[in-house]
Amino acid sequence: MKVLNTVGQRVPMHDAATKVTGQAQFTDDLALPGMLYGKLVRSTIPHGRIVSIDVSRAKALPGVKGVITGKDIPDRVYGIVPKAKDEHALARDKVHYIGDAVAAVVAVDKEIAEEAARLVHVEYEPIPAVFDPLDAIKEGAPLIHDNLKTNISASIHKEFGDVEKGFAASDYVFEDTFFSQAVNHAPIEPHAALAAYDLQNGDLTIWSCTQIPYFLKRNLATTLLVPENKIRVIKPKVGGGFGQKIDMYAKDFCACWFAKELGRPVKFLYEREEVFQSTRQRHPMYLTVKTGVNKAGKILAQKITAYADGGAYNSTAPLMITLSCFFIMIPYRIENLIYEGYHVYTNKPVGGAMRGHGIPQARFAIERQIDLIAKRIGVDAAEMRVINAIRAGMPHPAGFIINTCGFADSVTEAAKAIGWKEKRGKLPFGRGVGLAGASFPSGVANMAHLASGAVVQLSREGRVSILSGAADIGQGAETVICQIVAEQIGVPMEDVHITAADTGTCPLDAGTFGSGVTVRAGNAALLAANDVRDQLFSFVADRLKCKPDDLMTANRRIWVKGNPDAGMSLSDALFEYQYSNRPLPIVGRGGWIPPAEQPTSLLTKNGNFSPNYSFMTQAAEVEVDLELGKVKVVKMVTVHDCGQPINPMLVEGQLEGSIMGGMGQALYEDSTCIEGQQYNPSFLDYGFPTVMEMPEMGALHIDTDDPVGPFGAKEAGEGTQLAPAPAIVNAIADAIGVEFNRLPVTPQVVLEALKKNADKS
Amino acid sequence: MNEKRILQLHVNGDLYEVLCAPNTTLLEALREKALLTGTKRGCDLGACGACTVLMDGQAVLSCLTLAVDAVGRKIRTIEGIAENGELSLLQKSFVDHGALQCGFCSPGFIMSATELLAENPKPTRKEIQRKLAGNLCRCTGYIKIVEAVEIAAAKIAGGAS
Ligand code: FES
Ligand code: FES
Repeated sequence: MKVLNTVGQRVPMHDAATKVTGQAQFTDDLALPGMLYGKLVRSTIPHGRIVSIDVSRAKALPGVKGVITGKDIPDRVYGIVPKAKDEHALARDKVHYIGDAVAAVVAVDKEIAEEAARLVHVEYEPIPAVFDPLDAIKEGAPLIHDNLKTNISASIHKEFGDVEKGFAASDYVFEDTFFSQAVNHAPIEPHAALAAYDLQNGDLTIWSCTQIPYFLKRNLATTLLVPENKIRVIKPKVGGGFGQKIDMYAKDFCACWFAKELGRPVKFLYEREEVFQSTRQRHPMYLTVKTGVNKAGKILAQKITAYADGGAYNSTAPLMITLSCFFIMIPYRIENLIYEGYHVYTNKPVGGAMRGHGIPQARFAIERQIDLIAKRIGVDAAEMRVINAIRAGMPHPAGFIINTCGFADSVTEAAKAIGWKEKRGKLPFGRGVGLAGASFPSGVANMAHLASGAVVQLSREGRVSILSGAADIGQGAETVICQIVAEQIGVPMEDVHITAADTGTCPLDAGTFGSGVTVRAGNAALLAANDVRDQLFSFVADRLKCKPDDLMTANRRIWVKGNPDAGMSLSDALFEYQYSNRPLPIVGRGGWIPPAEQPTSLLTKNGNFSPNYSFMTQAAEVEVDLELGKVKVVKMVTVHDCGQPINPMLVEGQLEGSIMGGMGQALYEDSTCIEGQQYNPSFLDYGFPTVMEMPEMGALHIDTDDPVGPFGAKEAGEGTQLAPAPAIVNAIADAIGVEFNRLPVTPQVVLEALKKNADKS
Repeated sequence: MNEKRILQLHVNGDLYEVLCAPNTTLLEALREKALLTGTKRGCDLGACGACTVLMDGQAVLSCLTLAVDAVGRKIRTIEGIAENGELSLLQKSFVDHGALQCGFCSPGFIMSATELLAENPKPTRKEIQRKLAGNLCRCTGYIKIVEAVEIAAAKIAGGAS
């Protein structure tokens, strides 16, 4: 691991003190003079036409300042993927799920806004609804979006290699079907937006808990019919996102709309129930996997058919189904693959990007099936993973470029760390071990607009100020960027300050998704810092009579390599710089876009999806309570190739948090929706893991040095949430001999399976 | 029934006079009336612990506490934990050991853990976990939070102030 002055160090988050003292400001902590409060009216039926909306009683309530419905706003749809936009801020003619926004009110205080929302009367004409993607694709199923002839909103059909030949050459062919349930991102901060309008120049400013300020700006511009340069999006502190805060929501649009109409600041805040019901969730997904293997367990061909339950709108539909397909071929070398994937509308809460984004569902299926096959043909499941591991430099059927890859080693090390040899199949009934592998991109390379910019200023007093578009949503992006800049300019962290994710001030950035921030925005910051350093070094080299390349910098000092006495303090250098009549501050700029050809989309053209790829294996040991059916994860080991960590402490934090998420998906969480109605839209009923459930954790690092990432870094934010769920379910199979192919594995299903087995024997 | 009254609340040693309805919660009074926004609202339903404050030294969920019931009690919020311009040992431990990511849950965790260490300066790991079981965090996986509390406890026991 590279350990430099700040890069590679366990540096605390630069804004941690503000967070532990209550000074950090999240969107709902902001208030402006004269601010109004908004509330949305939401559909109470899963599918229907809006016959009429009576807003007269709401409007008449004292203190109400405005009421709007879908008919009052421009007929413009939005969405995060340009070609898949299908959502109105407020429904126009139809509602598509329970929780669809149909009207919005604003009032002088929260209570009046809530009362006014209750007074809006909507008359619906119900339409038959459909709640399962397998039903929604049937002939004669109710059509959810009028402009389409089918409920399939995105699909992908891909063949790589020669699948028929692969199956023909196989000694065995197996087919199994798997299901992953809906889970909610459940960030602890509920969604909020605050907007203000400048009556003089027509500028709109919105503070929103968004992961992607620049895309939000664009979606606002195209729906409000306001030029993009009149909108400024500022991201305050964001209380967790995990993908849910990628999309624009009704609160963003309505806050801006009313602020502009009324000339007063307007805030919208979602209740927890709205977060569960009316934002995004992980797509429930069916995957049928047909795999051909030889006797040794080498995979010769795979055919996958996938149905993702998209809910009422598209959100990231084409992207999620594409990711699900292409990442089948990594971390294993799958030369022959057919993938048929469908993203299907249903009258349910909307699927969206969630930590892993389409890949966790596929990984669950693949990693479970590897264990099933290993057992059926009598090879070791860890061994089978090593046999099939993709390695650095190997060709990827779709053109991914794998420069560095620690996957095979990660399997071996994880097996060793969990005690595979001693424990697998050898522990007493009720206890078992299992493992699973994964890989994830460090951001997206070959799609449009995915560049990051950075500006770094070095002032006369030695203060370093960074402008970056990167959106820190709690993962520590700002800290990582500060570390990179501090390293290059040779100053301690306390000299470095960052202003980020303010579209009015900062350079363009693609935003926080796809785990791209460290590599993309980190590289931009690195280039900007180098620009500053180059300007400074060329001046200092003159003074010290050496070449700029001979200079080093650290601890606010610049000196000649190999001769520490030949140097000067940064402060003297800046003093002399100023008095040699050079302009201050020294300003450096950097922009970085992943190396790629023309912007394209994997849907239409293969190519290298990401600048680089992380790899990992996670191994679990579980204990099943045979009386209660409860599964306890005793231990979880991660062996990780995330390149060179910029901040090992933050990487560990990502890893520990994603294990918690993976455990939730495996054992506890299920956003239950019956006939379109969510049954557990509260923390009490939903139940994600608390501190009591967390296992002992271990983490090992496979050292690789990636040529593209800044200082050799790769992603560390999402990949580690892919393997925990299948690893845990694989361990359960080892513990009690029951193969679960549906998530979550709750005490109830464990007990039913145990009972069934007991009845059989 | 809906009549609002001016309540006197003692928060962090200061007196706040806030206009509240009978059903105004302590969380609303703190955040919206006293403008002490460090206390967070995660669910408004008593399930996440983000709104935890101390009332006469006891951790309570301010979203489930009526403002009127806080009259005459000593309230301590996250804004009152750092003293004399210095982070408490517990806060410092959270910062140094990465016990937070987004930080939205941190005020609640720090209030719960502050109560714990005041009552039980040498808690076992199990005791820490049990105390923090009512606080949800979606980012950290809790591991570093528990460690930070352990390290702070050890420092306090070691006589650091
Ligand atoms: S806001 Fe009080 S417990 Fe969640
Ligand atoms: S740090 Fe984000 S919820 Fe705990």
